[in-house]
Amino acid sequence: MSVSQPTNESTAVLADAEQGSSLWHDAWIRLSKNRMAVSGGIVLIFMVVVALLTPWIAPYDYEVQNLDLGAQPPSLQHWLGTDVFGRDLLTQIMYGGRISLAVGFIATAVALSIGVTWGAIAGYVGGRVDAVMMRLVDILYALPFMIFIVLLMVVFGRNVLLLFLAIGAVEWLTMARIMRSQVQSLRQQEFVEAAISLGLSPAAIIRRHVVPNALGPIIVYTTLTIPSVMLLEAFLSFLGLGIQPPQTSWGLLISYGAETMEEYPWLLIFPGLALTITLFSLNFLGDGLRDALDVRGSKD
Amino acid sequence: MLKFIATRLLQAIPVIFIVITATFFLVRAAPGGPFDDEKVVLPEVKRALEAQYKLDLPLHEQYLAYLSDLANGDLGPSFKYPGRSVNEILFSGLPVTAELGFYALMIALVIGVLAGVAAALKPNTRQDYIPMTLAMIGICMPSFLLGPLLVLVFGIYLEWLPISGWGAIPGDKILPSITLGAAYAAYIARLSRAGMLEVLSQDYIRTARAKGLPEWKVVTKHALRGGLIPVIAFLGPAFAGLLAGSFVVETIFQIPGLGRFYVQAAFNRDYTMILGTTVFLSTLIVLFNLLSDITAAWLNPRLRAQFKGGA
Amino acid sequence: MSLLSVDNLQVSFTTRNGTHQAVKGVSFTVEPKQITAIIGESGSGKSVSCYAMLGLIPMPPGKIDGGTAIFDGKDLLSLSEQELRAIRGRDIAMIFQDPMTCLNPYMTIGDQLIEPLLIHKNMNISAAKARAIELLEEVGIRSPASTFNSYPHEFSGGMRQRVMIAMALINEPKLLIADEPTTALDVTIQAQILKLIADLQKKHDIGVLFISHDLAVVADIADQIVVMEQGEVVERGEPETLFRTPSHPYTRKLLDAIPSGQRVSGQIAPDPLIRAHNVRTWFYPDGTDEPVKAVDGVSLDIHRGEVLGLVGESGSGKSTLGRSLLRLAPITEGEVMFDGTDVTGLKGSTLKTFRRRMQMIFQDPFASLNPRMTVYDTLAEPLLLHAICDRKSLDHHIAKLMDDVGLARGFIRKYPHEFSGGQRQRIAIGRALATKPEFIVADEPVSALDVTIQAQILELLQALGREYGLTMLFVSHDMAVIRHIADRIVVMYHGKLVEEGTAQEIFETPKQGYTQSLLASIPGTALGR
Repeated sequence: MSVSQPTNESTAVLADAEQGSSLWHDAWIRLSKNRMAVSGGIVLIFMVVVALLTPWIAPYDYEVQNLDLGAQPPSLQHWLGTDVFGRDLLTQIMYGGRISLAVGFIATAVALSIGVTWGAIAGYVGGRVDAVMMRLVDILYALPFMIFIVLLMVVFGRNVLLLFLAIGAVEWLTMARIMRSQVQSLRQQEFVEAAISLGLSPAAIIRRHVVPNALGPIIVYTTLTIPSVMLLEAFLSFLGLGIQPPQTSWGLLISYGAETMEEYPWLLIFPGLALTITLFSLNFLGDGLRDALDVRGSKD
Repeated sequence: MLKFIATRLLQAIPVIFIVITATFFLVRAAPGGPFDDEKVVLPEVKRALEAQYKLDLPLHEQYLAYLSDLANGDLGPSFKYPGRSVNEILFSGLPVTAELGFYALMIALVIGVLAGVAAALKPNTRQDYIPMTLAMIGICMPSFLLGPLLVLVFGIYLEWLPISGWGAIPGDKILPSITLGAAYAAYIARLSRAGMLEVLSQDYIRTARAKGLPEWKVVTKHALRGGLIPVIAFLGPAFAGLLAGSFVVETIFQIPGLGRFYVQAAFNRDYTMILGTTVFLSTLIVLFNLLSDITAAWLNPRLRAQFKGGA
Repeated sequence: MSLLSVDNLQVSFTTRNGTHQAVKGVSFTVEPKQITAIIGESGSGKSVSCYAMLGLIPMPPGKIDGGTAIFDGKDLLSLSEQELRAIRGRDIAMIFQDPMTCLNPYMTIGDQLIEPLLIHKNMNISAAKARAIELLEEVGIRSPASTFNSYPHEFSGGMRQRVMIAMALINEPKLLIADEPTTALDVTIQAQILKLIADLQKKHDIGVLFISHDLAVVADIADQIVVMEQGEVVERGEPETLFRTPSHPYTRKLLDAIPSGQRVSGQIAPDPLIRAHNVRTWFYPDGTDEPVKAVDGVSLDIHRGEVLGLVGESGSGKSTLGRSLLRLAPITEGEVMFDGTDVTGLKGSTLKTFRRRMQMIFQDPFASLNPRMTVYDTLAEPLLLHAICDRKSLDHHIAKLMDDVGLARGFIRKYPHEFSGGQRQRIAIGRALATKPEFIVADEPVSALDVTIQAQILELLQALGREYGLTMLFVSHDMAVIRHIADRIVVMYHGKLVEEGTAQEIFETPKQGYTQSLLASIPGTALGR
């Protein structure tokens, strides 16, 4: 058998191969059949697009007050009504959404990068390195973070950047744990052993064999972290410890609304709806992703 | 078993220590002191006050002094309420928050477990969809939204329930407890559903059925033990969350508990109050986490045996 | 009158992919005090038939479309759930395949054992406990009283299966259904449990319905054999007749698939390709000081061109030894010489060069392929990594590999989950051969496959071994397979080499006690081997 001579027929040799259906493809099909997840995805995209385009599409100027007007219920000029300063509520909600969503995505991105890297290294290298890295995670995990965040916000309150970092600093721990356990279990899978026995370098193994297979739970968890981060920001803002005026966020709007809810219930209801609907979409999407990615494909 | 408990306790001590130290220095690092936004005081009076509260000493000396007081169980005087010590204030608020937390936890456990188990018994039917959708609402509607809404509906429009205070009017404990417990009921419902579904697909459940056990016995005697372990493990984080949640709920409903004091202290820069409450609450959280971890481990005979063996 | 008489049973499953007929009109009987065995591979419907009779299949996806199952004068298929429950565990008892997962880990053995008594006989607890202990003794458990109070995880698979048997027999059922009760057990334990079941059956005059995929196992104990394929009964009869004069082609296929006879050796060179000297591979699990001595001082030679069979049960260290030779498990002490070079301490690019020359085939065909890579990618990876060919001739090489392992070229863009177990194993073999290695470790390569597929893959391995001039270490727990494929055999037990010799020597004149008990445990003496 002559194996070293390339022949002319090489391009034609495997010409009529059937296209296979990858696991991602299967998962996508499964996801698209899940109506709740799909609706969640659509609503989320809508919210994000609105948030991005807010400076151009908001009906009113953000800072313009109209004290004569005062708080008005929904009307044709102000679809969601106005607040006590006469500012358009829809505009407020749109700008607040920008901040709330930004905090959600950015803090999650921070948590994701730190957590995934940390967990992947600990999981792949194992041994002493793993023990030390995860011990640190355990200690940090045991610290009552809610209290610390409140403290941090009190101390350094006016800094939105710090808010992102503080929240990210809490969430990366769980991400690290998940990534580590994924990588560890993949490390023991036989196809990774096969890759080692073929002589692949650790970097190539991680890139080509470990990461693509670890992505599933990471994607799911990321989608579910965003709402929990947004809740945390809203919580802090509600207590007066998060976003400060003149900026606004949904949490802040809800706290104002709660103060005057007896006379002007719409000031509570609409921001509340905005937050709840966004959280709903993220959670349904996350659940749908979890179901879609969980199945391992057919076995004999 | 003892070795496990001892190791975990030992691990908990540095954690608490870190909490105390970090809180101490963080609070001191904040701009503004406790007496800054009082009515304007003469510099001599301010200095005298600072001397009284030891604020004129170098930082590390203040730290050591605090630690030695702490060792005696003395959390120091409150800056904001002269004449009252932190201990006093803490312990006046503790029973209130404890009661609120207890009711909320009971609501969360009972509703959560019942809903979750019911959903797991008939997956993908209405018995599953309805509780789980309600659970989703519970997760997506934060307490500071749910609380005001409940107040609006039940307190103001319907006038069925009182909307503030604790123990003053009969029924004033209902809305706060529900508000605090709702989100946790939702988490527990989802956890117990997932746990039960996993257990119900195990081989040993099929063995139990093959022995002729009635279905209710299969569920209660065989499935629940394994299925609820995730819920037990969740109790530690739930406790921390309930404490945090109490900040909001006590503020909304004007309840004189620890949470509200903490928030006020944070705003007022009442150093000792902040420090004392943080230390106290953190210690509680660490201990509770420890308790929940130990219980979850103990419930698994495999792990239990490992500890007894002293390995 | 038959104890159980099943007539024209039909069961189907309806999922979102459509309706699948699992059982298409199956009929068989179990006579009182006799053992009827149902033989079939995966997908034959053998387990589904029995589970359906007792109402143990989940009924939303599953559905009984027709037929009758007369037991004790009643049609099981027409009974209500409540009536069935009265029969389960009392008149009909079941034991299952995997003893590790079939007992509740959160309850003591005793609590689980007395349940059937409490439910069906309304006994009080102390009477139940006494009876349970009696039964534990009967199934051969040495300290029944302390076992009663212990938890399942404290026991081995064999012991747990004994407990399952005790639990099944505690109410003196008329019929025992055993679903692959020995498949998950080591060969020596399997022999013990089979004997236990046969003895108890005679002693208590129970009828037994024994489900298995292994003809050899049931050959020794069955009074009647029913062969199923794809949801239908294709043949039935007494063992003697079935084995001597099988009438259905599928039965013949099953019989042919049983590895038999001796290997025809190829050219074996006198010099060893692999020399292992005093290899120790010890593991230190976290938190313990006592190492797990998986391989504890093993020395052996493997000659060029030979197939060395490595036999052992679980825990013997055979897989670890294979991995150690390939530098996939860290060697604690000792040397491994490959073609004269000590590969024990190699690192980096020198190690990579050696890896090209030795490859492994793993046991689980599903886990050994990256689920997110197509067959093309999987085969291309080693070819490109070791520069066996350049990108232009890649297709050509891959096509040749596909032909060699007997897979249609058109499958090249498909993913592992779209193939059957046997096909996946072929892909794995293709990957191992891509670098044209000199030495291959095959770690239980056919154990996870159906019997008829096993035979095909073994054939393939032998043919490729000759064509590529391979030296092979074939690891297995299955003595019959080893005899079929190995030139020389070594036996491992608890990390040490216990005996060594040519295939003939080992099988005809085994010297060590352990080897002898291994041989004695090979099922299927009735088949005349």
